[in-house]
Amino acid sequence: MSEHIEALARDVDAQLQGRGTRVPSLAHELTYEIPAASLLDAARILRDHPALKFDLLVDVTAVDYLQFREEQWVTQSASNTGFSRGRSPASRMQPAEEHAMPPRPAAGARFAVVYHLLSVANNQRIRLRVKCESDEDPVVDSVVPLWASANWFEREVFDLFGIIFRGHPDLRRILTDYGFTGHPFRKDFPLIGNVEVRYDTERKRVVYEPVSIEPRVLVPKVIRDDNRYNPALKQ
Amino acid sequence: MSEIRNYTMNFGPQHPSAHGVLRLVLELDGETIQKADPHIGLLHRGTEKLAESKPFNQSIGYMDRLDYVSMMCNEHAYVLAIESLLGVAAPERAQYIRVMFDEITRILNHLMWIGAHAIDIGAMTVFLLAFKEREELMDLYEAVSGARMHATYYRPGGVHRDLPDSMPKYQASKWRSQKDCDRMNESRQGSMLDFILAFTRRFPKCVDDYETLLTDNRIWKQRTVNIGVVTPERALQLGFTGPMLRGSGVEWDLRRKQPYEVYDRLDFDIPVGVNGDCYDRYLVRVAEMRQSTRIIAQCAEWLQGNPGPVMADNTKVRAPRRVQMKEDMESLIHHFKFFTEGYCVPEGETYAAVEAPKGELGVYLVSDGANKPYRLKVRAPGFVHLSALDEMVRGHMLADVVAVIGTQDIVFGEVDR
Repeated sequence: MSEHIEALARDVDAQLQGRGTRVPSLAHELTYEIPAASLLDAARILRDHPALKFDLLVDVTAVDYLQFREEQWVTQSASNTGFSRGRSPASRMQPAEEHAMPPRPAAGARFAVVYHLLSVANNQRIRLRVKCESDEDPVVDSVVPLWASANWFEREVFDLFGIIFRGHPDLRRILTDYGFTGHPFRKDFPLIGNVEVRYDTERKRVVYEPVSIEPRVLVPKVIRDDNRYNPALKQ
Repeated sequence: MSEIRNYTMNFGPQHPSAHGVLRLVLELDGETIQKADPHIGLLHRGTEKLAESKPFNQSIGYMDRLDYVSMMCNEHAYVLAIESLLGVAAPERAQYIRVMFDEITRILNHLMWIGAHAIDIGAMTVFLLAFKEREELMDLYEAVSGARMHATYYRPGGVHRDLPDSMPKYQASKWRSQKDCDRMNESRQGSMLDFILAFTRRFPKCVDDYETLLTDNRIWKQRTVNIGVVTPERALQLGFTGPMLRGSGVEWDLRRKQPYEVYDRLDFDIPVGVNGDCYDRYLVRVAEMRQSTRIIAQCAEWLQGNPGPVMADNTKVRAPRRVQMKEDMESLIHHFKFFTEGYCVPEGETYAAVEAPKGELGVYLVSDGANKPYRLKVRAPGFVHLSALDEMVRGHMLADVVAVIGTQDIVFGEVDR
């Protein structure tokens, strides 16, 4: 399994010529991190080079790394709050400093756009990750000129994450309500949302109001060390 | 002199042919479509965001509700993604059960599709015939999981429980005589696998019936041949997968090209279309139903001869047995933690895809080592296919929009997520 991944990685490295770097992934997958500036060049090479021929864009999505490795309940040391009370913000903690944490997947950037490509001709898959340089105004080049299927995927990412795709022909919201504000899949957007709707019998129309329920965590997020998955101990 | 102008028309969201809550804004020149702008999201529930707030196992049920006519295939992609990150593999028997139920699901989906597609463009009878067989398959879902549709049957590491030894039977009532019940219970006397094998023997004849009604039907052909033609190059460019891609003549099926579970050990063919029109996609799906029947029969025969565990013997993903829990303190703690906190999945990201009835259904899962997914993205085939609707209907007549929506096999649970 991983031999053909290695062979593919050699081909990709040879063709991209430094436009992307391979990042660690599972043994049967291949991930490249592409700088935002060279995305279109790299994507064109991946699509058109006969040895690669990634002619089908399977998926475009984004990840918001704002709360990556952020726990809601202490597990490293004894805590004075029960698991069921892990929902209160006071018991939340940042990862302990003494555990030298590996860098986040997108190396500090908050948003990363992830592309999954498939080569029908060569039966291979590759994942590209492009980190957005700005956390406030994330912008990435649109790949619609290369793959028509990117159109709605990029609209969806724009709608849910607020990432702008430069050069997109029709960047409108797609999944959320008409007149929606905010980008719901960002990690700082509350799960229950900001507005609720109801039918007002007096005004004879649907009205929008601020949500009346409190946001709460049902199951706190915990991260437990599991030495079975520690790469340093595997050798 | 009269002024000639284009009409903009709203199609849906409550149109019966819109397959749910599709709102199409059509720009018409007379009766010819100039532009179609689908407005989606009326069924957006934020499944992916909800999954981020729950332990891994609690989201399996949400997956059923994505594409709600091919429930178990959605679960399959999700549990495969978790298994891939955990490095857990399901036992052989569980893999066969999953493959069998994936194929049952494919028939379920295609029966729904053929009924709805036919009724949309004017053939009533197929719908009734298809739903008759669908009922039997729903009974299988119920027998194995307790639910007719949203089964929540697959688990990371296997399936929830082994196949039952008997099928539920019809009981006589005010509306159903004992004689009718006996006739209907005839195939339900043996085990569930006997019932499935009886179904696989009977079902090809049912497919023949649907074909008698449609394949050479003059009206059916007038409504589908040369409608919504997509060339293979365009199909790839538009991101088509599944029957939509195969209908255009590209032989691409994940079950064969990137086999998961036990598909590499099974004997089946990949039907491929030629012209890439609605009619060819119809033929592909009908042929797929026959192939699925073959796969189900092979799986059922294997399962009859090979009892064994259906859940990986890995205490990380399974709760301890009831007996252990009553006698052993550690097991009790484990049981409690398993159902309250869940299990932590090692940090990493993965993409797992299955050949769902509608195309490639993929799950992109990012974990930061916690007991909940950090990010879950469902790559729904229907979303991609619907995005090509504009291109497929341009220049066609208004009535052909219905045929194209039908041929895309759209379900809004997965389009809107």
